[in-house]
Amino acid sequence: MSGARCDGGHAIDRSRPVNFRWAGRDYAGFAGDTLASALLANGVRLFGRSFKYHRPRGVIAAGLDEPNAIVQLETGANTIPNLKAPYVELYEGLNAAPVNAWPSLEFDLMAVNGLFKRFIPAAFYYKTFMWPNWLLFEPAIRKAAGLGRAPEQADPDSYAQASARCDVLVVGGGLAGLAAALEHGRAGRSVLIVTGGAHWGGRLAGGADVIEGANADAWIARALAELAALPNVTLRNRTLATGSYDHGLVSLCERLTDHLPLAARRGPRQKLWRVRAGRIILATGAFERPLVFSNNDVPGVMLAGAALAYRRRHGVLAARNPVIATNNDSAWAAAFELADAGATIAAIADARPAPPEHLVAEAKRRGIAVFTGSAPEKAFGGKGVHAVAIAALDGAGRLTGAAQRIACDGVLMSGGWSPAVHLHSQSGGKLALDPALQSFVPQSLSGAPSLGAAAGDFSIANTLATARGAGAKIANDPVRPLWSISRGDDPHADAWVDLQNDVTAGDVALAARENFRSVEHLKRYTTLGMASDQGKTSNVNGIGILSDLLGRPIPEIGTTRFRPPYDPVTLGVFAGHRIGDGLHARRRLALAAAHEAAGAKMEEYGGWMRPVAYPRAGESEDEAIAREVLAVRNAVGLFEASPLGKIEVKGPDAARLLDRIYVNTVSTLKPGRCRYGLMLDENGTIFDDGIVTRLAEDHFLVGTTSGHAVTVAERLEEWLQCEWIDLEVVTQDVTGCWAVLNIAGPLARTVLEGIESDIDFGREAFPHMTHREGRLAGLEARIARVSFSGELSYEIAVPWRDAARLWDALLQAGAPHGLSLFGIEALMTLRIEKGFLHVGSETDGATQPQDVGFAGALAAKKSDHVGRRSTSRPDSVRDGRRQLVGIAMADGRPVEPGAHIVRPGAEGEIGSDGWITSAAWSPTLSAPVALAMIDGGFARLGEDVRVWNLGQWREARVVEPCRYDPQGARLNV
Amino acid sequence: MLLIDCPWCGPRSEHEFRCGGESHIARPGPPENVADGEWADYLFYRTNPKGEHLERWLHRFGCGRWFNIARNTVDHRITAIYGMTDPKPEPRA
Repeated sequence: MSGARCDGGHAIDRSRPVNFRWAGRDYAGFAGDTLASALLANGVRLFGRSFKYHRPRGVIAAGLDEPNAIVQLETGANTIPNLKAPYVELYEGLNAAPVNAWPSLEFDLMAVNGLFKRFIPAAFYYKTFMWPNWLLFEPAIRKAAGLGRAPEQADPDSYAQASARCDVLVVGGGLAGLAAALEHGRAGRSVLIVTGGAHWGGRLAGGADVIEGANADAWIARALAELAALPNVTLRNRTLATGSYDHGLVSLCERLTDHLPLAARRGPRQKLWRVRAGRIILATGAFERPLVFSNNDVPGVMLAGAALAYRRRHGVLAARNPVIATNNDSAWAAAFELADAGATIAAIADARPAPPEHLVAEAKRRGIAVFTGSAPEKAFGGKGVHAVAIAALDGAGRLTGAAQRIACDGVLMSGGWSPAVHLHSQSGGKLALDPALQSFVPQSLSGAPSLGAAAGDFSIANTLATARGAGAKIANDPVRPLWSISRGDDPHADAWVDLQNDVTAGDVALAARENFRSVEHLKRYTTLGMASDQGKTSNVNGIGILSDLLGRPIPEIGTTRFRPPYDPVTLGVFAGHRIGDGLHARRRLALAAAHEAAGAKMEEYGGWMRPVAYPRAGESEDEAIAREVLAVRNAVGLFEASPLGKIEVKGPDAARLLDRIYVNTVSTLKPGRCRYGLMLDENGTIFDDGIVTRLAEDHFLVGTTSGHAVTVAERLEEWLQCEWIDLEVVTQDVTGCWAVLNIAGPLARTVLEGIESDIDFGREAFPHMTHREGRLAGLEARIARVSFSGELSYEIAVPWRDAARLWDALLQAGAPHGLSLFGIEALMTLRIEKGFLHVGSETDGATQPQDVGFAGALAAKKSDHVGRRSTSRPDSVRDGRRQLVGIAMADGRPVEPGAHIVRPGAEGEIGSDGWITSAAWSPTLSAPVALAMIDGGFARLGEDVRVWNLGQWREARVVEPCRYDPQGARLNV
Repeated sequence: MLLIDCPWCGPRSEHEFRCGGESHIARPGPPENVADGEWADYLFYRTNPKGEHLERWLHRFGCGRWFNIARNTVDHRITAIYGMTDPKPEPRA
């Protein structure tokens, strides 16, 4: 015999049958069932195989404390591993399978592990498979041990995130939570009350308890109706509080569509809420503890409170002829209610020598055999329990005398109740041992007060009174501590403590013998309390056993630390919309569409999608880059440089500020002129470089590298607001206001002179490193004659919205002169030919200005600037620092960035003189060009070195970085 | 996740802010008068107290202003929020 449907069941609708599939077979349940309740109603007891020994396992609990009945839901892209069967709502067409069973649930080959159980104690793997290497054995062991399988396809679901705030957040929808929500809701406060499950009312729903003169369901219905009618109260079911953080922040995971048939799901699957609450009330209930006796993992052994929950919620008797084993009152009430629903209680065994007389009398009246001062010694059965041995306990709690074997189809156990203190503890609350309950209860009341069972208060009347601010501290009826049931002092090696991780009382004893005496060490050595249930049924039992073994009281042992999440949360809901293209914002150029239309290959550089090159039909990318480079060298090219950082700095002290920011002196710059400048951080490290332009006496335009605009703007503000608060300066990042086109090449001026403008582009009127404002092609334009290519070059900035008009004008005027578009790779080749520094390529976190040829600028500067003091540290002025040089390959073949440079004859030695930082094929020189940072580089010009490139030694020579037009004659045209 | 009461924008979630580390650190200078050790103290050495810590924060995704906070490093209580030029608040336990 096993489970069956009985009457009642507040959650189910018997008029709506639901078909589902489990382990390849078809079943039916009712709307409102969970997978666990529907399977129990169908007489199924075997739910899975255990993690390590592949032992047959059934369902233990009725909520997310379930350690055993772990399932794989659905298949393919929709599959979700390791869900707890009591927490999976049934829907039409649901398809689930057990985890960790091979080849099948009924016949599991890996169960042979169980035969050798006594050889596989805690840490057996680590101790045994050490030679030669644990990694050798790990794959096979991982295959044998484990839970469900992760999906192999992309998640087809979407997830949402939202923030909310409220005066009062009530976590938990049972009696305590509803009472608290009513109290605060009636007082006019904004209240959010959440419950993890589908239904409200907690354990009392569907039961026979009387609440304030009404039966439980009537009271709950009335409370819900009143709450729903209050405009200041929000109710959310299927919403689990998963973490409690600083300053009243609680994370909630709302399951929006998980309970619906796959085909009926619309919109996001789950929603992550970040709630800031003025006050948090924790009405999270309590978890029942199993009893730890031999074979307590046989299917059919379950928590008494869980059996009662199935009866009340789903109208299911998990067992029709169970034995009740307990150390407290709660399981007696469960026994009587199950008997009323049609179960035949085979016996009640209570560890206490003298349970309350009214309970014993009631059992006698019902003809139930009662064993006082007794406990289960061992369960019998393989895939389902069929008997249990009950024996007497001596005064020390050890089994004594002959055991009596009682036939049954279930053992419903209760080892006492542990308040769900997780959220309280996560938010920093302290715990104390309640000696009557033998469990940890919340101690400090600051921040998030706990209420009801979560506070260790199991009295309906007192919980209601406390919710209204008038409760008393109540004394609970004492349970008899019974952490591990054994004959003699040694815990039984087949008495399970943590069912999900296959940790037995014997494993805890082994850990204690090996001196793992801290509860944190016990957890990590035995894995007790780990995995998806995080020890909700096992932690307190484990601590109790350790306390017995060490002879130290439980408060001295303490608990392991509770950390979020309270229950596993999908990665999808944490990611929300930040997947795929939503992972981070990609910035589009002002002329993105024009580049794409012109055949550009686009890639991401520093957050911007930019043209790599514009390959023509039949042309490779390298060929396109070479053609574009030669066009700039010999005619004229056009490049979009809009991402270049542009920060306006204005005010009477603007020059003073920039003198303190740049290595170079800025205050001597005349209006209308540009200067190249280096910025350092306070460590003296090169942070950014760019062109600074003086627009007017009190007005500068700071140019930054494309990836650094935001950071430089932020640093300027930090200095102004935090250090030099006396300076009268304002800054504004205008990068996104101005689109920039760079026209470069010997014919650049000719092209510009063909466009209507009030600017004189003449050689003397507009020399190199100067800036003009005016109109070009009818557009407001800021034009700087600066060059990153070594050719005659203008950077033309126009308001972002005008970019396309400037583009068209330049293309039209350039066409007769062979104007060519060029991409970022051509620009990089041009600057490597010229030996120009690229911050982030040549420089790293140790590069200072003197390493890249700016010792003169440092020496010439008369005043302090950011990072200046760091450039005179002993390490900064030593000989042999890594310095910027060029590298010429002897064989004329290309070299890769990252290739290491080693002194001649150093083959086989370990060590490096530095590495190639940038390299390209120079179509201008028909040779490879490369820059490198090497030890003492400035003194090594002309030296022959060896380069370790992609697994080969190559000969090379150290040369000047600039390989083309070293005199800069092409700039002065 | 802290809830930070920006002096200009009101209470906002921590992820709108950037922590700039310990505040009230004087920048030594001029550079030629600063010994290596003094410069290293300025660059690298911080108090790291268990208890009240004075630190500066930027409301980066908000008003863009820097300000000071007194935060207890044990329980993250924020006991004072004050301007960059304001004096240090009275120490609290």
